[in-house]
Amino acid sequence: MKAVLLGASRGMGRALARLMAERGDQLFLLGRERDALKRSARDLEIVGAGGKVDTAYCNLLEPESFAPALDEAEERLQGFDTVVVTAGLFANQEDLEADPKLCARLLAADGTNTILFCEEARRRLLAKGGGTLCAFSSVAGERGRKPVILYGAAKAALSRYLEGLDHKFRTQGLRTICVKPGFVKTGMTVGLKPPPFAGEPEQVARAVLKAIDKGTPEVYLPGIWRWIMFVIRLLPRAVMRRIGF
Amino acid sequence: MDGLAKIDAGEREPRLTRMPETTRPPERTPGDPPSRLPLAELSGWGHYPVVEGYERRSEDLEQITQDVVLTRGLGRSYGDSSLPPAGGHVVAATPLADRLLDFDPDSGVVRAEAGVPLMRLNRVFLPRGWFTPVTPGTQYVTLGGMVAADVHGKNHHRDGCFGEHVQALKMRVADGRIIECSDAIERELFRATLGGMGLTGHILEVAVQLRRVPSPWIWQESERLPDFDTLLGRLQEAGKVWPYTVCWADFMARRDKDLGRGLLIKGRWAEPAEAPAHPPRWRHTWAIPFRMPSWLLQPWMVQVGNRLNYWKHGARAAAGIVHPEAFFYPLDIIREWNRAYGRRGFTQYQCVLPGPSDHPRHHRFLDALRTHGAAPFLCVIKDCGPEGKGMLSFPRPGISYALDFPVRGEPTQRLVDAFNELVIAEGGRIYLAKDAFTRAEHFRAMEPRLEAWNAVRRKWDPHGRLKSAQSVRLLGDGL
Repeated sequence: MKAVLLGASRGMGRALARLMAERGDQLFLLGRERDALKRSARDLEIVGAGGKVDTAYCNLLEPESFAPALDEAEERLQGFDTVVVTAGLFANQEDLEADPKLCARLLAADGTNTILFCEEARRRLLAKGGGTLCAFSSVAGERGRKPVILYGAAKAALSRYLEGLDHKFRTQGLRTICVKPGFVKTGMTVGLKPPPFAGEPEQVARAVLKAIDKGTPEVYLPGIWRWIMFVIRLLPRAVMRRIGF
Repeated sequence: MDGLAKIDAGEREPRLTRMPETTRPPERTPGDPPSRLPLAELSGWGHYPVVEGYERRSEDLEQITQDVVLTRGLGRSYGDSSLPPAGGHVVAATPLADRLLDFDPDSGVVRAEAGVPLMRLNRVFLPRGWFTPVTPGTQYVTLGGMVAADVHGKNHHRDGCFGEHVQALKMRVADGRIIECSDAIERELFRATLGGMGLTGHILEVAVQLRRVPSPWIWQESERLPDFDTLLGRLQEAGKVWPYTVCWADFMARRDKDLGRGLLIKGRWAEPAEAPAHPPRWRHTWAIPFRMPSWLLQPWMVQVGNRLNYWKHGARAAAGIVHPEAFFYPLDIIREWNRAYGRRGFTQYQCVLPGPSDHPRHHRFLDALRTHGAAPFLCVIKDCGPEGKGMLSFPRPGISYALDFPVRGEPTQRLVDAFNELVIAEGGRIYLAKDAFTRAEHFRAMEPRLEAWNAVRRKWDPHGRLKSAQSVRLLGDGL
């Protein structure tokens, strides 16, 4: 597998990249922190990634960085068949309500710009006859919930978009994978109290890799979140207004 | 309070302290962890003591160590070594900084971030024929923690502490600078940091020399020994031949003459010819899902367990190939096993008594156990070799005893005091990574090396910025 990963220097992306490296996949890392990327690349080389792991600057807040980054990946890997987006921003609802600038950045990064990045990736994958596009959305996008209204709105847009891609392009060989993590213990969730069923990045990464290999269009992680969100989606508005979840 | 570290408290902690311009963390950008850290109850492996503080975690160690009093790893030290002093201080935690930075397959030197867990190191390198030169009894420790405690293992009599094999460290020292130290550069700082319990600076990166192993399997031989004298004698005898030796001893036996009987376990890396052709499969582990009630684990249960453990071995020596994780990390099979002790927690008393195994002081130690009615739930005895580079490292030639006790308030304090008085009289010392109860005056009395170490520490941290709950308790640091 020749994979391009955006956001693999931290959290779930880091764990996933390691699993891919362990089995010898060829990797190319995109991200906004150049030094961190280089360190992560070296880590993956040591673990066993196929060949040298190269990196390029790509920032979800700068859509103009997407095309050059993917071009460079294409050149270095001599074509890629998989693109994984784990990058994203998180902030809690109160902070987002209080700070319109932060809110604008988060909505752009997690919503519009992730979609724009996926569009760039999609075009390139389809041009080669298909491949796998895996992006990390969130269970927050499943229902309008009080603690994640804005973050959830951005992720809802991403989830719908990925669903649409799957419907339209699967027959053309593009496999779209929408990963919907619940609470996972990563740097992004430091300081938040882990709820029951909180996942570990390694455990999530194993399941994601399986989904990538099999082409599963939608994965909830840890798995129990599929059922939790199933119930949440069924709840009437009157109940959603009362509960804090 | 010098404007250090009491930050990030957010709404729950309105008294935001002024910070000097230089140590102010960079303006928060989205995507960085939420800046509002919750006040957390922090504790070591023994769950005693529990201290309220803030724990900052990130993949970016250089960022989070800028203005904290201490850096901790996985919190596997038993007592208060990895805890901030009381009063809401901030500590940095390394586990998210877990990247391997460099590896030379010819020399076997690996360089890694301080938060790399030993388990990761083992699983990446053992299949390639490399293993950590020294390992403690659990692989849920970080490289930074292994350096800070200058850990030892079953091979101390032969290979010394972990620090002997550390080639260089990258550290953030108290004034904020990031420097590299080794035996060649800033040697004093380097040697004070090995076993310095993280009090000389924040350890950011560790370069260590791995060891070539002939196969990833262990050849183990074990024997059952009926009394304390035989146990100690055989342990030291075995150390002359075997790289790895350890004793498990039963100090809860009902009959007095059985006290200190146990098993001697010896091991070495298996030769390719005797080892299975396939690599070991990593063991599946279990976890105790929540903290048990403190009354649950009763001495009679441990007594029965000990007896079973002793009798199931059989009188004849046993030998064979064993899984490396089963050999080095028998207790890791149950994650969070400390929860068995309940909310009140437990402590481990580990001391080393100098001299050969037939010296009468070992009997005086046994007598002390008897007189105080001390019933350690677990007792591990090891053979220690010469002192190493670490200025404050624990081991010295002699026999090391590690005894687990449930924490029972005042009686536990009295027990530790009594042991400490004996250890002082016998010229031994205790292991800081396990300690939660020792008094400052006792520690000073057993550590003639403290002054020299303190001098180095003060040179690098004249304003006393780095401190832990343990350093406040034992070294007289201010809160």
